[in-house]
Amino acid sequence: MNKYDVVVIGGGPAGIAAAVAAHKQKAKVFLIEREARLGGILKQCIHDGFGLIRFKEKLSGPEYVERYIDMLNQTSVEAVTLTFVSDIKQVEGGYTLTLVNRNGISKIFGKTIVLATGCRERTAKQVLIQGTRPAGVFTAGTAQYYVNILGKMPTKKCVILGSGDIGLIMARRLTLEGAKVEGVYEVKPTPSGLTRNIVQCLHDFDIPLHLSHTVTKVFGEDRLEAVEVAEVDEKMNIKEGTQRKIECDALILSVGLIPENEVAYSLDIPLDRCTKGPTVDQTFMTMREGIFSCGNALHVNDLVDYVSEGGEIAGENAAVYKNKERKLIDIKTDKNFLYIVPQKIDINAPIDKIKIYFRSIKDFDNTKFIVSVDGKVIMTKKYAHLRPPEMESVKLDLSKETLNESSVILLTLEE
Amino acid sequence: MNLVCIVCPNGCRLTVTIDGEDITVTGQKCPKGKTYAIAEMTEPKRSVTTTVRTVFEEAPVLPVRTNGEIPKDKIFDLMKLLDGFVLNKRIKRGEAILRNVFDSGVDVIATSGMLMKEET
Repeated sequence: MNKYDVVVIGGGPAGIAAAVAAHKQKAKVFLIEREARLGGILKQCIHDGFGLIRFKEKLSGPEYVERYIDMLNQTSVEAVTLTFVSDIKQVEGGYTLTLVNRNGISKIFGKTIVLATGCRERTAKQVLIQGTRPAGVFTAGTAQYYVNILGKMPTKKCVILGSGDIGLIMARRLTLEGAKVEGVYEVKPTPSGLTRNIVQCLHDFDIPLHLSHTVTKVFGEDRLEAVEVAEVDEKMNIKEGTQRKIECDALILSVGLIPENEVAYSLDIPLDRCTKGPTVDQTFMTMREGIFSCGNALHVNDLVDYVSEGGEIAGENAAVYKNKERKLIDIKTDKNFLYIVPQKIDINAPIDKIKIYFRSIKDFDNTKFIVSVDGKVIMTKKYAHLRPPEMESVKLDLSKETLNESSVILLTLEE
Repeated sequence: MNLVCIVCPNGCRLTVTIDGEDITVTGQKCPKGKTYAIAEMTEPKRSVTTTVRTVFEEAPVLPVRTNGEIPKDKIFDLMKLLDGFVLNKRIKRGEAILRNVFDSGVDVIATSGMLMKEET
């Protein structure tokens, strides 16, 4: 059985960054990807805007990830594609992983594992809409796969439900390719996607955005023929009399992403209710010794640049992992946060360069982000705007603080 | 007039005041915001990302983009131009498939090197 210091599961931007970072720390690394090509979702994200932080350039998804694949190819990391992990078992000093691919079943040993399995599109909404289930109801990512990878158009005229970024990007993409996007319908009173995407994907092409609206029915036998939309009130109840039937051949769903954590479930790794990814400390180690998490499997990021950064944190720490006892304390927050990552700090690990990622629970203007330890303010940062769709990150140095297991680290947002 | 800058994910909220020939821009975190706002008021431009058909079985389409911005009103002209284009040679990432489109000085370049890999 081949033995590795770090086994990375997932060959998208997070996994590749983790593998490259672990290799830099002289670890022997194995990377597992289930698709035929490395690159993850970025293979189909042909729009630009990637890499502005990382490369100071506006790149398309394939360009961004292929730069990382080039870096990976210059290392001695062993990468396999078309390979699935079917089982993970804890053994003395690490884990054995059972792999399945065209060559059959094999086993490898990893001292540590990095989970970089990405996220999945939410489809639950599909079930909540009344009516039949004809062909033509797609997630935005599936529509994107049809157009950008297969080169096939999934629709002539469609309605988009949800204003997530992929939905907005697809509204533009389908319009460019000749489809009519009747409108984007968002149940919440505010858009979910980045403002710039509202501008460059919808406004530029005169695609209407209907806030506080949802799809209430689908019609059609074999193929979708129409949908019914309606306005909703503050409690998200349908306003009677606002229903409207729209003829269309596709309904495209962009209603959110959820971290993919099948592997984590199988290992009983505790997940955070807010991020839906594993709870981690500042090294991105989960609550299971030697198992790390990064990228969209840890929390859904809006920028790939942050995914790469998180991958590096996980990869680097997995490479230098020594099985020593952790002393974990919670990072507490007030009610103004949607979530934070990491959720815990290991005071036995380095605490001078802690990266905290967070989202606010609602829109804030002119806000102060405050970090306090045992009631003493140790850091503040001002934000002109905070919006839940736009993740923020801050660097935190706790090395000057005297921390013990009963210390209280508190993050607050003050208006 | 209020604009949202689309140059980067910061999405700065810009305020533009036009006084005759003078355009004043406020709200930007970097100089690119001012350039964007002025262009938006005079000659709006966009970069375009799309795909072109290929003759290769493993990649029915190849992603491409403009390596700069073209006038916004030329976007659909470019799409039409690329509609009739079929790529029949294996090209590298960054290689141009069309040069100087609409005399804009902008090329259309491949954004993936997937055709260069012959691995199975």
